[in-house]
Amino acid sequence: MAEAARKEEKKIIDEGLDVGVQNLTEERIEKVITRVLKGESGARLKAYIETCVHCGLCSEACHYYLSHDKDPQYSPVGKVKQTLWKMLKAKGKVSAEFIKDASEIASTQCNVCKRCAMYCPFGIDIAYMMLTVRRICHLLGVTPLYIQDTAHSHAVTMNQMWVKDDEWIDTLQWQEEEAQAEIPTLRIPLEKEGADIMYSVIGPEPKFQAQLLYQAAVIMDVAGVDWTMPATPGWDNSDMAMYTGDNEIMGRVKRAHFETAARLRVNRIVMGECGHAFRSVYDMGNRWLGWRMPPIPIVHAIDFYYELIKNKKITITEKFKEPVTLHDPCNVIRGGGLAEKARFVINAICEQLIEMHPNREHNYCCCAGGGVINCGPPYKMTRMDGNRIKAEQLFAAKSRGAKILIAPCHNCHSGLEDINHHYGLGYEVKFISDILYDVIEKPS
Amino acid sequence: MHSIYAFVSGPLAWLAFIIFIGGCLYRLISLMVLVHRKEKFIYSYMSLKYSLRSIFRWSMPFATENMRRHPALTIVAFAFHICLILTPLFLLAHVTLVEESWNISWWTLPEGWAEMMSLIVILACGFFLMRRLVNPEVKYVTSASDYILLAIVAAPFITGILVYYQWFGYEILLILHILSGEIMLVAIPFTRLSHMLFAPLTRAYMGSEFGGVRHAKDW
Repeated sequence: MAEAARKEEKKIIDEGLDVGVQNLTEERIEKVITRVLKGESGARLKAYIETCVHCGLCSEACHYYLSHDKDPQYSPVGKVKQTLWKMLKAKGKVSAEFIKDASEIASTQCNVCKRCAMYCPFGIDIAYMMLTVRRICHLLGVTPLYIQDTAHSHAVTMNQMWVKDDEWIDTLQWQEEEAQAEIPTLRIPLEKEGADIMYSVIGPEPKFQAQLLYQAAVIMDVAGVDWTMPATPGWDNSDMAMYTGDNEIMGRVKRAHFETAARLRVNRIVMGECGHAFRSVYDMGNRWLGWRMPPIPIVHAIDFYYELIKNKKITITEKFKEPVTLHDPCNVIRGGGLAEKARFVINAICEQLIEMHPNREHNYCCCAGGGVINCGPPYKMTRMDGNRIKAEQLFAAKSRGAKILIAPCHNCHSGLEDINHHYGLGYEVKFISDILYDVIEKPS
Repeated sequence: MHSIYAFVSGPLAWLAFIIFIGGCLYRLISLMVLVHRKEKFIYSYMSLKYSLRSIFRWSMPFATENMRRHPALTIVAFAFHICLILTPLFLLAHVTLVEESWNISWWTLPEGWAEMMSLIVILACGFFLMRRLVNPEVKYVTSASDYILLAIVAAPFITGILVYYQWFGYEILLILHILSGEIMLVAIPFTRLSHMLFAPLTRAYMGSEFGGVRHAKDW
């Protein structure tokens, strides 16, 4: 009965999937599934599949499951059942329609946040299995249209948002000029070889959040950091190819990024408040290129702010007054261990931090990450219905006085804006840098 | 009847143990070969400290968030696994058999304890069965094989306790008991019961990733 009900609510039109499946033949499906499951995958997948005792204990880790009144089809293992188990059982002999459903499940009903890995008694990595399904769907050309377009952008421009080479430089110079109205000596140093730090951002910052570049430039300037930004492709640290299963493009994009930093001979790469980009440079992209850890040290914005405040490079004039709550993004907290540093920073710049519960590693996902928000408007309601639990969690923090929601990750930020609107929570969603920029001492 | 007993307790028992030990070695070695051939990078992330941290944490009742969320299951699962492993190893009747054959013996459980522990295993199997039948999230991912596995695990204990009570059909039950024990041994390496072999490995790997790379807790 539950299955029928779910079919009813599925009326999503996505050309990436609808047109993609028309090009499939049963032979091609079987060939690709065999290539990925037998060829590309190895011991991990085998051990995960054969160790899982179907106990269902991962269920309560998943925000989709909790938000859908504990519908087992949304449990992590439930999603593996609907995708990988069937592919394995049928030895790749599955229908085109099955691939379409599998793509939708893996790409839009899982944020690969790995919360379930903390709930499985065996530590089975279900996110990895969902990414394996996405890989299969990618090789079959059945990926949601919007995120596929983003992956194309990466392939063509080495950035996520089709930002042209001159537009990038132009945007930086525009923000430099803007900031010079506030601090006349401020520069956004381009192509400064031998600088200590290369600052990298994601494509959406120059595209439509240029004020974040401004804020970063002011923070860097005030702190007296020896920094630079590249004037060539390779400036973008984001990576949607990682989430479509297009590992080859992921590798190209990451190589461009690391090589740009190497060309500029910087000691470290500092990145803006983005989670998936951190995963890409610190966890997945570097590994694809054969680097155990990033070839050039990567410092996430949270870590960088922590360092600036701890070393007294910046002075806080007056703490931010309104009570804030903090959303712990999966990729930098569960994926990077920055939970306590984030709290150090927030407590240094805000008067009152009201914790949401659960928090830190156990925080509920934003439901936007893992490429899900990048699958575009067709799946907005998938994200809203799929994360009622987040709204409840945020509402509870609000009822204890929180007014501002800090989300130090782009995907989380955008996803939580949507949750905030859809459920009428009345938060103002901010990055850490929005507040940091406001409260630091600047030359007058 | 006697010749059947001689067969199941003789050649078949040898065969079962050979398949069990050989099968376990085969599964572990072939997994390692697969790691070596295709995912060598896994070695570079393995950390003894974080592997043990994770294994130790997940071996302690109620030491993880999810265990605290499911107190009944946690108690049952721990009791089940402890009794499942200890009872056959330290059962007086089993040790006596070994002693008769090879003249070696070791400490044995008092009979009352062994009885209690066998009952715990059987009741726990009943609990797991109920979970599979009643809990929607478990039911959804349950197939026939899961019930068969549960039956394979419960059978040696059900027959064992019946043999111990000697209510009826002692000889046939004894044969069934030995047979079901052999089936379970053979099943371990080749079914999902192989989590006995693989769970410490997956746990160690995830523990290493969380501890060494992600700098986060995996519980």
